[in-house]
Amino acid sequence: MNSVAFVIIAIFTLAAALAAATLPNLMHAALCLVLALLGLASFFFLLGAEFVGLVLVFIYVGAVAVLIVFTILLTGRDSREHRGFNWSGVVIALAVFGCLTWAILKAQSLTIVPPHIRALTVRQIGQVLMAGYVWPLQCVGVLLTAALIGALVLVLEEKR
Amino acid sequence: MSSALDQIFVHLKGWLLFLIAGAPSWLIQIVSSLINIVAVLAVFLTLFALISVLERKILARMQNRYGPNRVGPFGLFQPIADGIKMLIKEDIVPARADKVVHFLAPVILAAIAILTLGVIPYGRNMTPFTINGGILFFFAVGSVTELAVFMAGWASNNKFSMLGAMRAIAQMFSYELPLIIAVLPVVMVVGSLVPDRIVAAQGGYTLGVVPRWFVFTPWGATAFLLFFVSGLVESNRTPFDVPEGESEIVAGHMTEYSGFKYATFFMAEYLGMFAVSGLAVTMFLGGWRAPLGVLEFVPSYVWFFLKLSALLFVYIWLRATLPRTRVDQMMNLAWKFMLPMAFTCVIAAAVWHYAGRGLRGWLWALLVIVVVYSALSVLLDTRGKFARRIYRFAE
Repeated sequence: MNSVAFVIIAIFTLAAALAAATLPNLMHAALCLVLALLGLASFFFLLGAEFVGLVLVFIYVGAVAVLIVFTILLTGRDSREHRGFNWSGVVIALAVFGCLTWAILKAQSLTIVPPHIRALTVRQIGQVLMAGYVWPLQCVGVLLTAALIGALVLVLEEKR
Repeated sequence: MSSALDQIFVHLKGWLLFLIAGAPSWLIQIVSSLINIVAVLAVFLTLFALISVLERKILARMQNRYGPNRVGPFGLFQPIADGIKMLIKEDIVPARADKVVHFLAPVILAAIAILTLGVIPYGRNMTPFTINGGILFFFAVGSVTELAVFMAGWASNNKFSMLGAMRAIAQMFSYELPLIIAVLPVVMVVGSLVPDRIVAAQGGYTLGVVPRWFVFTPWGATAFLLFFVSGLVESNRTPFDVPEGESEIVAGHMTEYSGFKYATFFMAEYLGMFAVSGLAVTMFLGGWRAPLGVLEFVPSYVWFFLKLSALLFVYIWLRATLPRTRVDQMMNLAWKFMLPMAFTCVIAAAVWHYAGRGLRGWLWALLVIVVVYSALSVLLDTRGKFARRIYRFAE
């Protein structure tokens, strides 16, 4: 049953990603990107990593997608006019694809069959974050707070 | 006898599954999920129909009139008439609208509301879908709402729609923060994201009389109020229905919707309201637990739906009582008052936990909340001076 689900989700995710890359209307492309992200989240669910999947939906669909959509709206670029073939985009895409493929093929987990590992529970993740990784976590928190205050300062400047 | 009545729906489902006992396991899994889905849909669509007419009746009573009383006994069949009316209305799609996205927006909104209803425990052993991070699932799925509202506003190709969607998104984002942080103390104290565990942690009675619901602790009461108000905003209900203020922007992101699509928006709003109230009941009001030990013979789901209806009544009551807030007032409330109070709840819950969860912890937590509350109100009301509150337009 899991492999059937895997194939269905894989086809769905790939189709959505392809649509996100090729659709002429930027807003449609952004919404297709959301579909692709939802597909990725369901892969995590399939693997038993519910927490990661939920956080992916939470952050990417709930926040980042809205940010992307707003950016498209505010920049207001007419995407329908044809601007010729984008060679630099192709080069960057190929480079990223090559890097990822190289990294994935180099990784150990594909070559050896892993023993049956129990999926991490939310409680374990929380304990690790609060015990071993508490300082990195705090640093990220400070960084995000600084970003928030910075955004506020920018807006205040505009008001004056 | 009482336990049989309590578990009647669970037994009913077990009996239905017994009918196909010979089938392969994946089929049983699918049928089991389908039964849950059908049950949730049937219960909450009926409740939606009922509440839509009850709301009109209660509002009418509070405004000294009769309300709908023509169709059926006491006007109870009004939702059927409304449904037929909505179905036979013309479905208008603006010529320059984005047809597909315009159609998808209400569907996604309704789907989200139904999904969030799936993780709430409605009674003993009656959670439709038990997943490891149920509370997180609720908020993760709920966070897609903003995107759906944006789709509705953008696809309509109408200024009012877009402005309404912007307002809705701004307020939903602002209030999602206090909503989630108000949940944190409960998750912290219970040490679990599973709704069933949270209900289980609220079992038992202090001194044999007062139930151990989180709403009876100082931090729990504060967090409950914050959660309730934020939930009010998230479901775009009246004091906070700025996105659809008729006098300003027609109907906000729903301006270009008519007929059954508009009804779907309406339904999504109500289902979202049920979901947020249901979560509030689960987190703070003890879920399906009885308020007194003597009353435990009453089936658990009856208690859940009684508490849910009490909260829904407060929603309607507020709608009849309060005028609409201004956008800037609402944002100030969220960022300057509710967010710090929500963080205070987290700290107070930690204090309560480390002071031994007894009377001592109760008093310490109360102290923390009172100090922060009075400091905040002094700071916000009189701009830092200890003086009388200034009324600009009254007096």
